[in-house]
Amino acid sequence: MERLAGKRTWGGTRLGAVSVPTEIILHILVGLFAFICILPFIFTVIISFSSEASIREVGYYFIPIEWSLKAYDTVFDLGLQLYRSFFNSVFVSVAGTAISVLICILYSYVLYRRDYKYKKFFMFFSFFTMLFGGGLAPTYMVCKNLLGLNNNYAALIVPLLVSPFNFIVMRTFFRNAVPEALIESASIDGSGEYRTLFQIIVPISLPGIATIALLNMLAYWNEWFLSLLYIRDNELIPLQYMLMRTQQQVEFMVNNSGKTGPELSEAIRNLPTDSFRMALVVIIVVPIAFAYPFFQRYIISGLTIGAVKE
Amino acid sequence: MAKSLSPNGTLARRRFNTKTLVLTTMALPGAIWLLLLRYLPMFGIVLSFQDYKIYTKAPSLINNILHSKWVGLENFKFLFATTESWVMIRNTLGYNALWIVLGIIFAVAFAIMISEMTTKFAAKVYQTLMFFPYFLSWVVVSYFVYAFLSPEKGLITNLQKNMDLDPTQWYSDPRPWPYILTFAYLWKNLGYSCILYLATITGIDSSQYEAARIDGASKWQQIRYVTLPHLRPMIIILFILSVGRIFNADFGLFYQVPMNYGPLYPATQVVDTYVYRALMSMNNIGMSSAAGLLQNVVGFICIMVANSIVRRVDPDSSLF
Repeated sequence: MERLAGKRTWGGTRLGAVSVPTEIILHILVGLFAFICILPFIFTVIISFSSEASIREVGYYFIPIEWSLKAYDTVFDLGLQLYRSFFNSVFVSVAGTAISVLICILYSYVLYRRDYKYKKFFMFFSFFTMLFGGGLAPTYMVCKNLLGLNNNYAALIVPLLVSPFNFIVMRTFFRNAVPEALIESASIDGSGEYRTLFQIIVPISLPGIATIALLNMLAYWNEWFLSLLYIRDNELIPLQYMLMRTQQQVEFMVNNSGKTGPELSEAIRNLPTDSFRMALVVIIVVPIAFAYPFFQRYIISGLTIGAVKE
Repeated sequence: MAKSLSPNGTLARRRFNTKTLVLTTMALPGAIWLLLLRYLPMFGIVLSFQDYKIYTKAPSLINNILHSKWVGLENFKFLFATTESWVMIRNTLGYNALWIVLGIIFAVAFAIMISEMTTKFAAKVYQTLMFFPYFLSWVVVSYFVYAFLSPEKGLITNLQKNMDLDPTQWYSDPRPWPYILTFAYLWKNLGYSCILYLATITGIDSSQYEAARIDGASKWQQIRYVTLPHLRPMIIILFILSVGRIFNADFGLFYQVPMNYGPLYPATQVVDTYVYRALMSMNNIGMSSAAGLLQNVVGFICIMVANSIVRRVDPDSSLF
């Protein structure tokens, strides 16, 4: 796109470009959709800053009658479950990303090595699982009963560790970034396979690794299905699942706030139900919303590489 | 290389074997994971042909399976005996077929429109905004939808009231849900596929457009004869992938966005939600496995057929 746009417009001519009225129409169409993509988030932020009285009066509205910070006060006041869940989300995301990236580097490096004898076998071994699987119920039974993925952190981490798609993406990255002669010369210099991989290959493949890490991090951060299947303890649930529980039962967070007796019933009575929920949503989305423009570039390069057939 | 350096073949052979061994240890963590979490459950397919019961004397998954009664195709018969199953199959296939077509048309259209913009900065901003929903979970999206449709406070509900219309009971009336789900799907996923197409358009050599222009091709003709042919392989790959998953639905979309409300099931029940509900709410492991197996077998057949058709028509675009 840069090449095209550059050729066409710099220097003031519109040679080969669409006419001005057409371009205005394009901006309206695309701009409108782009605006709709961000609109619900803006709306949610506004609701979270609306006072409860205002919501009772006019409902969820773009311009509330009265602004208020009460929802956020309450969220942080009742925060025990929030902090716990926040910790769980961060812990699971960081640990899961680290382990999954390591497994991915090792496996895809082997797929990348043309001189590896069982390359074809391991390629098929991972690719086949993209085409066929046991299904949810057998996988659930095996994980829960045989592998012990039941109500523990492992249940939130292990099921997402491996993605055959990421193997293919990573292997393509290696192919583009690492000349095979490099491995040969390292091996002639007496470098062991692991040393070659971690001291020579990994440093020059960092952009690719960053892409995989970000994709995995995002998958872990947004994960709620595993909690739905395997987790029963409130101690263990991550943010997304906490949000889901709050949707069905607003008092969920209050009940897990560490408050008891009259203090608890007081808190439930004063709960700014509607803005409270939306404030939670905002707190969960904000980290993504602010980090995303910066890591977008890496994700895009990962997605486009993964989709290109060799 | 190693071979040519060693005078007699033995050293080279030993080094070769060590190398194979060491590289195999690298593949092991991933391979073990695949074995335990992907291949082992494939044996669990037997559950679809059993009346799964807990073996009370020594309950463990293997004992339970060994001591459960074989019922042949009974689970499948039950599955198809209910009207519910036809609803979920209709929904899954219907939504997927519609969304494959709409997804391709809209994503390609937006990608071409963005690529024709001369203000690069605006194009970049649009792209960033359109990609944003892709990074959100369906739980978050369900709150977004709720903000508009909530029965007492939702924006749209209130607008209807203000205009003296009967407010739609969004969470108990299944009729509007095909549109809501379609909108939610496109809203969340268009940015992603749009970026894939845009990357392909960026890669097209600009001299092709210049040549077309010199030959007097209009903008439409350039799109028709230069851009679209270049996009074809990508369109076909994404098409095969989605056809292969035509019997699979995005669980989060159908479970979270309608907030799991029962009255909406006629419009929101799909195979994936059924498999989940049969397993977790009804505790009917046989039925759940049967539905899951059916889904996987049909998916496997679909991707094989789609791929072999593409391979015959256009070998370069096939997936494998």
